[in-house]
Amino acid sequence: MDHRDGQSVEHQKKDPQQHPHPCFTNFTTHHQQQKWEDPSLLDYSTRIEPPFQAFNPNCQTKSSFPCNPNNQIKVPDPIMNELLQASKVQDWDPSAMLNNLSFLEQKIHQLQGLVHSIIGRGGQVLGQPDELVAQQQQLITAALTSIIVQLISTAGSLLPSVKHHTLCGAPPAASLAQFQPQNGGGNSVPELPNTVDVSSNSGEQQNHVMEEHEMKDEEDAEELGESLFPGTYEILQLEKEEILAPHTHFCTICGKGFKRDANLRMHMRGHGDEYKTPAALAKPNKESSSEPALIKRYSCPFAGCKRNKDHKKFQPLKTILCVKNHYKRSHCDKSYICSRCHTKKFSVIADLKTHEKHCGKDKWLCSCGTTFSRKDKLFGHIALFQGHTPAIPLDETKGPIAPSDPGDGSEATNVVGSMNFFNFGSENGVDVKGSLDDPAAYFSPLNFETCNFGGFHEFPRPASDDSETSLAFLLSGTCSYNNNHNDVERS
Amino acid sequence: MKTQSKRRPQPLSPDSSPNPFDILTEEIVCKILDHLHNDPFATKAFSLTCKAFYFIESRHRRILKPLRPELLPRIFHRYPFVSHLDLSMCPRVDDNTLNVISSTWKATLQSINLSRSRFFTNAGLSSLFVNCSGLVEVDLCNATQLTDLAASAIAEAKNLERLSLARCKSITDMGIGCIAVGCRKLRSLCLKWCLRVGDLGVELIALKCKQISSLDLSYLPITEKSLNSVLQLQHLEDLVLEGCHGIDDDGLSTLDQSCKSLKMLNLSNCQNVTHTGLSSLINGTEQLQQIILAYGSSVTSDLVKCLNAYSKVQSVKLDGCTVTWSGIKAMASLNAPVKELSLSKCLGLTDDGLSFLVQSHKDLRKLDITCCRKITYTSIDIITNSCTSLTSLRMESCSLVPKEAFVLIGARCSFLEELDATDNEIDDEGLKSISRCSKLSILKLGICSNISDEGLAKVGSSCLMLKEVDLYSTPLASTLIMTEILLVQTTKCSYCQAEGSEGLKDIRSVAISDAGIAAIGDGCPALEMINIAYNDKITDNSLISLSKCRLLKALEIRGCLGVSSIGLSAIAVGCKQLTVLDIKKCFNINDNGMLPLAQFSQNLKQVIYLLKLMFL
Repeated sequence: MDHRDGQSVEHQKKDPQQHPHPCFTNFTTHHQQQKWEDPSLLDYSTRIEPPFQAFNPNCQTKSSFPCNPNNQIKVPDPIMNELLQASKVQDWDPSAMLNNLSFLEQKIHQLQGLVHSIIGRGGQVLGQPDELVAQQQQLITAALTSIIVQLISTAGSLLPSVKHHTLCGAPPAASLAQFQPQNGGGNSVPELPNTVDVSSNSGEQQNHVMEEHEMKDEEDAEELGESLFPGTYEILQLEKEEILAPHTHFCTICGKGFKRDANLRMHMRGHGDEYKTPAALAKPNKESSSEPALIKRYSCPFAGCKRNKDHKKFQPLKTILCVKNHYKRSHCDKSYICSRCHTKKFSVIADLKTHEKHCGKDKWLCSCGTTFSRKDKLFGHIALFQGHTPAIPLDETKGPIAPSDPGDGSEATNVVGSMNFFNFGSENGVDVKGSLDDPAAYFSPLNFETCNFGGFHEFPRPASDDSETSLAFLLSGTCSYNNNHNDVERS
Repeated sequence: MKTQSKRRPQPLSPDSSPNPFDILTEEIVCKILDHLHNDPFATKAFSLTCKAFYFIESRHRRILKPLRPELLPRIFHRYPFVSHLDLSMCPRVDDNTLNVISSTWKATLQSINLSRSRFFTNAGLSSLFVNCSGLVEVDLCNATQLTDLAASAIAEAKNLERLSLARCKSITDMGIGCIAVGCRKLRSLCLKWCLRVGDLGVELIALKCKQISSLDLSYLPITEKSLNSVLQLQHLEDLVLEGCHGIDDDGLSTLDQSCKSLKMLNLSNCQNVTHTGLSSLINGTEQLQQIILAYGSSVTSDLVKCLNAYSKVQSVKLDGCTVTWSGIKAMASLNAPVKELSLSKCLGLTDDGLSFLVQSHKDLRKLDITCCRKITYTSIDIITNSCTSLTSLRMESCSLVPKEAFVLIGARCSFLEELDATDNEIDDEGLKSISRCSKLSILKLGICSNISDEGLAKVGSSCLMLKEVDLYSTPLASTLIMTEILLVQTTKCSYCQAEGSEGLKDIRSVAISDAGIAAIGDGCPALEMINIAYNDKITDNSLISLSKCRLLKALEIRGCLGVSSIGLSAIAVGCKQLTVLDIKKCFNINDNGMLPLAQFSQNLKQVIYLLKLMFL
């Protein structure tokens, strides 16, 4: 226990700067609640925000950082509250609940006995080697873990009532955070802080709320390139370590990290039958399309960067993915070298892959020896200079087949990004309606669950994939929505 | 002429008296030879006279059109100063041939036509263009095998001014880019059907070849993006944008350039361009003379009003368009003195409209109202009344025009040079009237069932200038199998399928016989083309009279069962310039007719015959 505490303290120190995000979610919930009560505001949000809402669940889940699993748990809290406020109480089976609770009680008693015995022995064998202590500790945490899992699953069935109790503090979150580390310590992410204290967390929240407000004030004074009103979005800033972390999804049981939530879900199957149910394996539903959350924008932590919120002509980044790619491209070493030409370097693997796809091919060559990746660029060059002609390779039998419009790597990314963005808008319009019709159903336990374990995408994947997958995600979410609607019992 | 030039030296040489040509310098003889270009046999006869003439002729010849590629090696030695080489009769021209050509006529060659040739590649072209730096004109149409490498070879021809690359489907923007950079003196460029050339290539052409005056961009996948650059060309006069479906009103509205020098604009088959696009395209062109909007959007007053500002417009072609009454009215009020009007297959063109139109354009020289089926006597009356200087009238398949109308044509349009009355009611009276048009050179009377020898005789005796006569008749059902009828319907009635069957019904009652043809053969020495297909009363006598037309180049006697080998031999002997012969279904022609053909008709390019005549 001491060992763990030490770690948690460590984490506590880092936390305020390092993980600003988690509290942010809480922050938003305040707003959400306010807005929820105000019909006009609600109306406003449904009218204006839809395009971003699809992002928000993603962003939230993405931004919630691996070493901070409690955040994942806290996300649903506001939803539950809202649910309560909407006075939509789900049906639940009290007898089953009682069974569960008594089972838990038993388990806790067992654990209690175990700890008692340790304490009792602790006086006798003071000089015992640390090994034994560690063993015992492990035993206890394992037992705790199972209890917590049980508790959570029980809570899932009780969603409305549980929420009410977890509103102020975050006991389940804290406990979850506690159980997570024990195995995680031996994992591939050793720098991961193992525990998160509730107190530290709440303090952090306050901190951030303040920070957020400060930021807002700054924003108001600034001119923004976007057509957003200064007050309609908030700025988040991830730290360098967060941005560069390899994994974004972590197993709550063994702590193993994953890049994709789907992989995590596959992995979870190995931890027990409860993870094999269709609900557990289903794609995470974005839980907050009716949530009138503020639009989020991101700031680059690199001082002096135009994407940094302190910059005079600050231009915010739209998504976490943008932050990641921007930070890697602009402020990191380009460590990936093209294996074909050995000259082009990239810091984002997706860029490298995009480049390698076209490297060597589609070389539009001028007689002066300059090569171009795009035909129109070559023709622009030829138009500009006297005597330069397009060079046609001698070995080819046919003229180079012109790619319809070969886009440069970065450009393509940008285009896809923006398109992606609009796709969301259209998709969401539908979603919002659906959720408005029946908000309670939308905040079904499934959402809660997906918040816990899913909602993450692998970050360094090619941007071009993005539109498809996220769209598919959306679609699947809306489709599975009805199926999950009745699935109140969390398995 | 041939006989004259042969005879002239004859009395002189036996006496071994001084040859008068010895006194003349070579330049003067060459000047004489210059005047022989009309008759290919004259120069040939001249060269065969003596060694000196042979020598002079070989030095003098500039234009060469070899009929057989296998004779090329000998030609190389004989004619050292050829500047225009037409290889359109040589389907097989390989790299080797081009190599020899380029090394033989290194400095002299100015133009070469490879439009019908194949089997040469970029290697041959490369040696051609590198060696023959004086090349000014190159025709590479239909060279679908040519790639961008060939285009880069063309780019070596720095002095090239006219280049045709129609249907060079493998050449892309890259190749065109090479040509644009290499051939800076280009004046005329045809890129029709170069389907892989897009905006980039055309744009570069417009940027680099500032001298271009004629540009054919038909059927290219181009948009207004490249048009902007094209319109900046200072000397552009002819612009053909036929079937450019990438060009539409929206794009054209963004054009910020206008071409002041433009004289001819062809927007045929551009369905996406309406009056708004047209007006922005020709905005600022002061010299516009000819505009072709065939098969485009319907002719409305808005469309025509676009043309109102251009006072020099002389020719308007609206074939296949839907014509509205308001459009006609607007056209009638055009300021420009329209001289050529083409309204063939215009839906909605009525007597009223056409009458109204021609009354305000009295200077009309050429009028095409083919397949305007609502036209009646009234229109013809008013046309002939107001447009007395008409030189060309094409009115094929104007089925409502009665025979009396043709009397008016002959009586009032004395300057008529071309009359297409195919599939009409014209009769002998009409022909007699038309025979007053002494300048008539093209007369088409196919499927006209009311004409007979009498009318033809009158035409033959009066119209001395006749070059082309079409007396095609519908094949008699009894003599033909049904498939042939169908074939005829599709081939002959190229405009309207429906008319074919109609024409079949009224089989020529008064058939044309030898007397009529003989009149034409005797009276029209300038005759170059005659079609007397399916006139079964025609016999050898007709052909014998036609053999007097020494300039005859094309003869179609398909399905003339009365013709035998005797007549064909007479043609072969008399008409040495015969190039096209159609004797399909002339079942009475046998080897005896074909042998003289092989012997005398050395210009023959094409013989159409039935499989039965396997001896060919």
